[in-house]
Amino acid sequence: MTEFLHMGGYAGYVWSCYGLTLVVLLGNLWFARRELDNQVLRATRRAQVSTASGSETTSGKAS
Amino acid sequence: MWLWFYKLASPPYAYTVAGKLRPWLLWSAIVLMIVAAYGGLVIAPPDYQQKDAFRIIYVHVPAATMSLSVYVVLAVAAGIGVIWRIKLAHAVAAACAPIGAWFTVLALATGSIWGKPMWGTWWEWDPRLTSELIQLFLYLGYMALRSSFDDTQRADRASAILAIVGVVNVPVVKYSVIWWNSLHQGPSISKLGAPSITSDMLWPLLTMMLAFMLYFAAVLCDRIRSEILKRERNASWLSGVMSTRAAEA
Repeated sequence: MTEFLHMGGYAGYVWSCYGLTLVVLLGNLWFARRELDNQVLRATRRAQVSTASGSETTSGKAS
Repeated sequence: MWLWFYKLASPPYAYTVAGKLRPWLLWSAIVLMIVAAYGGLVIAPPDYQQKDAFRIIYVHVPAATMSLSVYVVLAVAAGIGVIWRIKLAHAVAAACAPIGAWFTVLALATGSIWGKPMWGTWWEWDPRLTSELIQLFLYLGYMALRSSFDDTQRADRASAILAIVGVVNVPVVKYSVIWWNSLHQGPSISKLGAPSITSDMLWPLLTMMLAFMLYFAAVLCDRIRSEILKRERNASWLSGVMSTRAAEA
């Protein structure tokens, strides 16, 4: 196990690459998800406003 | 087939499909990544020259491959958007950009960390490294250009032209190690039929590449859905979907 973690003396290089990859992959996923949640929230609010004000009133009174 | 294609190009349908596909893509990507990482870190024998440092290949090469493939997807989508005026194609192109930029950053960073013990330097103005850096600037330029327009349609058209012109850099990156005398090593797997690495080293790499593709597709689903929501903000189907969601919640 120690030998595995040691990576033949290249531990710092190998593990930093794998760690960095994990961080970037998770970050990318998280950013995309957060953006989607944001857009869904906005769209839901708009939908609520438009149903509340009635579909006939097309003047831009929203928000 | 064509009918399905037309259907898919409609934003409401694409929005639903992307949402349904995402978990399948993401979970298969995660499983394959774990398998490939185990194969690459444990099963594969150390390289005779680079010893255990070569294991960086299992994250570096998939990231670098994706940085180019994502750009090709982006440019093709942008081209389709310009030629056939399909809104969804522009949405796909815009959705690709941040993901591709992250893959490029990852390829450059892991390459740099690999370069230090092997070449004795973090960075060299070498053809492969320089053209990959230009690739990053293409992504950043594309995103900057998009955000400089308030009008989505104008942003779509202008950025599409940049995306299509920028495609010339893809073969430059890919063949830079063959065309010029580069510090970077040559391809290990592109020689189909006779790859220059052993199968215990090869399968984890191919598996990881597949995993990265699935991961890209999963993130792309989220990004496409965001793009659709942004673009269709006044569409009636959207307020229908969202008010039912709100009612359920």
